[in-house]
Amino acid sequence: MGLKLDKIRLKIDGQEVEVEKGATVLEAAKAAGIYIPTLCYDEDLEPYGGCRLCVVEIEKMRGLPIACTTPATDGMVVHTSTPAVDAVRRTSLELLLARHPSDCLICNRRKPVIGEEQCSPYDVCLRSVAVTDRCVTCPANERCELQDVIDYLGITELRLPRDTERVPVDVSNPFFDFDRNRCILCARCVRACNEITGVGAIDLAYRGYSARVATFGDKQLLESICRSCGECVVHCPVGALAPKETHRPEREVKTTCPYCGVGCQMYLGIKDGKIIAIRGDKDNDVNRGRLCVKGRFGVGEYVTHPERLTSPLMNRNGEFVEASWDEALDEVARRFSRYNLDEVAVVSSAKCTNEENYILQKFSRAVLGTQNVDHCARL
Amino acid sequence: MAGLVTTFGSGAMTNSIGDIGDARCILIIGTNTTEAHPVIGWEIRKAARRGTRLIVANPRWIQLVREADLWLQHRPGTDVALLMGMCRVIVEEGLLDADFVAERCENFDAFKNSLEGFDLDFVERTTGVPRGQIVEAARMYAGNSPAAIFYAMGITQHSHGTDNVMATANLAMLTGNVGQPGSGVNPLRGQNNVQGACDVGALPNVYPGYQPVADPAIKDKFEQAWACSLSAQPGLTITEIFDAAYRGQIKALYVMGENPVLSEPEAKHAEEALQKLELLVVQDVFLTETARLADVILPGVTFAEKDGTFTNTERRVQLVRQAIEPVGNSKPDWWIIGQIAQRMGGKGFDLTGPSAIMDEIAQLTPAYGGISYRRLEEGGLQWPCPTEEHPGTPRLHTMLFSRGKGHFVPLEYRPPAELADDDYPLILTTGRSLFHFHTGTMSRKVRGLNVFQNEELVEMNPKDAAILGIADGDMVRVVSRRGAVVARACLTDASPAGMVFMTFHFAESPTNQLTNPALDPVAKIPEYKVTAVRIEKNGQMVAMTER
Repeated sequence: MGLKLDKIRLKIDGQEVEVEKGATVLEAAKAAGIYIPTLCYDEDLEPYGGCRLCVVEIEKMRGLPIACTTPATDGMVVHTSTPAVDAVRRTSLELLLARHPSDCLICNRRKPVIGEEQCSPYDVCLRSVAVTDRCVTCPANERCELQDVIDYLGITELRLPRDTERVPVDVSNPFFDFDRNRCILCARCVRACNEITGVGAIDLAYRGYSARVATFGDKQLLESICRSCGECVVHCPVGALAPKETHRPEREVKTTCPYCGVGCQMYLGIKDGKIIAIRGDKDNDVNRGRLCVKGRFGVGEYVTHPERLTSPLMNRNGEFVEASWDEALDEVARRFSRYNLDEVAVVSSAKCTNEENYILQKFSRAVLGTQNVDHCARL
Repeated sequence: MAGLVTTFGSGAMTNSIGDIGDARCILIIGTNTTEAHPVIGWEIRKAARRGTRLIVANPRWIQLVREADLWLQHRPGTDVALLMGMCRVIVEEGLLDADFVAERCENFDAFKNSLEGFDLDFVERTTGVPRGQIVEAARMYAGNSPAAIFYAMGITQHSHGTDNVMATANLAMLTGNVGQPGSGVNPLRGQNNVQGACDVGALPNVYPGYQPVADPAIKDKFEQAWACSLSAQPGLTITEIFDAAYRGQIKALYVMGENPVLSEPEAKHAEEALQKLELLVVQDVFLTETARLADVILPGVTFAEKDGTFTNTERRVQLVRQAIEPVGNSKPDWWIIGQIAQRMGGKGFDLTGPSAIMDEIAQLTPAYGGISYRRLEEGGLQWPCPTEEHPGTPRLHTMLFSRGKGHFVPLEYRPPAELADDDYPLILTTGRSLFHFHTGTMSRKVRGLNVFQNEELVEMNPKDAAILGIADGDMVRVVSRRGAVVARACLTDASPAGMVFMTFHFAESPTNQLTNPALDPVAKIPEYKVTAVRIEKNGQMVAMTER
């Protein structure tokens, strides 16, 4: 018996959309390829309705409902861009910008009009902007959801005076920084910490103008119960929570995490022959994008650590001396040949690949002739 | 693993990680999941918050206790009593799945008779868990199907670990909790590729695919495939290898990617055994404590510098892809072994690469028969995957158990090999920290991880510490019958009175110099989880009789 899911049909900006029952208006719009600006919405998290940017007009409904929490219903007629909608979301955004470094956002050189001068990362900033506010100082520059929203709404100037008082950056965590000056209070970090990992190290504290994301007792992250998985960093739409290492990889390689037996799938970001960034792969049934502190931050440094063994070594009277591969391999082969099968044993590794374990046990059994082969499964 | 083979016919996790949300009840025993398997720990936590009943059985307070409906704080090494006590309640109250037991299982009567030995007075006395909680746990587990059991080294690393595992299997079969989504018995494998190393035959008694060394037909099969003659005598396990080396019987040892100087129980003994060898070859990525004792060291590469596959805890074979060039003059481990084999006249070692090796594994390993790199490019495959067309198996034992019928095992309670006494009044149990891994060869090289923890901590209860005059942060000496280790005391209520906890991540405080090499008679796993110790401050021994 095929289970028939209930489908509903609605109209968004004149376009017929069919979605499963239970979908929100925002999800219906996404499914139809219609962009509604959002900041607090995150497909990995429960709908929140905090930023009020996704307001829409729905015929036969009063006011301006928000798309991310309003369930789509059959026959609904939705308009995503009307003068009333625009007025509300522009004002919401302008209020938000009054407390966010916004020089990068309204810079006329960032999205140059044809014929105008362009700006590349190494150009000198010609605008009279505080150094700390320049676009290149923000780790989220060019991959910032706030920039996307500003561009969509076409905001080019600030009407409200900006609050430029700075609060100290929390740099206590060894892997990422928390710069509250860039925080837009969308609470995606708070919700990721709570919904994805269940740790709940951070929450929105204080009220009104004083509201900020804080740990229990408003201590630094390192002194909190934070387990440093970095899910907050992954879900931050702006540059408030960002890795200390902000270089961008030249290419990415999908692989399997080398730490525990869960087998999380991840992308290693490579630059100059080194692993400089790691992100979880969302498209698999094991970790669905999630990674713990070791997988996300604990790999690159050991892989290319200066203490890595880089040459075969032979013990000569208590001192290790470098040898060529031929010398070392010949020596190993020659010396192992001297023993019979019950005098030799092989210890394989739960850290190595299936192929390597297979070859080592085959070598042990077929060449050394011994069944004395085991690994640390029991340890 | 041996325990699940006896009862179910297959030693691996029965269900998938994706199944966790389907469970109506989860029993976790002997696993600190959020520390050792973080992503699975989050999944369990999420399920619990969405209404899945969670029973935590652990002598120590762990993070998941916060989410638990019930915390059974049993004494270390009393798992069989606890689980069989739950079975007894289920049988007595008629909560068992009689159809499942009759149709799909065997040997129930013998098992039922063995429950005679577990009346709740005895269980309460032995485990220290109030009988009311045992009854509640039994009702909760039996009354909320599908119910899943998760366990890790806290179950297996005992001198009777196989009994512990069989007790979990008995409980699952008794309630029909095998085969459906959200049910099952799920051993969480510690290292990234423990499952795979076992699957492809890095074990002394079986060839790839758990095909017994002692079976003449299997011997023939591998002699033909590898064009050689093979011994029909199962070999020595890792701990037995070190004993044999210590006695001088094993003279030459090849070690790939392991650090037994820190990971073996009674590690001093393992280190001395290595020193007695005539030839020690170590293949590793760092100069480990073990490599320092080697005659020849061969530099292997990390996972990022080679292609290959790992098999995760839920039997899923997944690709490892080369991302960077090998560092310096290091080489992939498969290449190194192939070279040595060829220099010793071995046939079938002219290897072209990991993909071809996987093809050979698939030919000889029925459960991997349909696995190839071409298919893995599309995503992981869960074994058994016997043919090219087979989609893989997310759930084992759905219609039949791998061995046919589920086999109930009658059990009796056996105490740990070592108990607390006047000289060694505390029980040490070992485990892992979220921020480090195994012997620390990898994680200790990451500065950021060392910010979170950079030294061994002896977690102990403030009451014990008060008796011994120990303050939080004091350096203390932990002494067992086999050795002594110095580390910093950390006072915490997570450790119950009478028990201390240490990891084994720190070479400066090699915890395994203390642990007991008493082996489980079947699985040959050492009893890492129960070691009698005493704690000294300033070299002074304090009697703990006041306790």
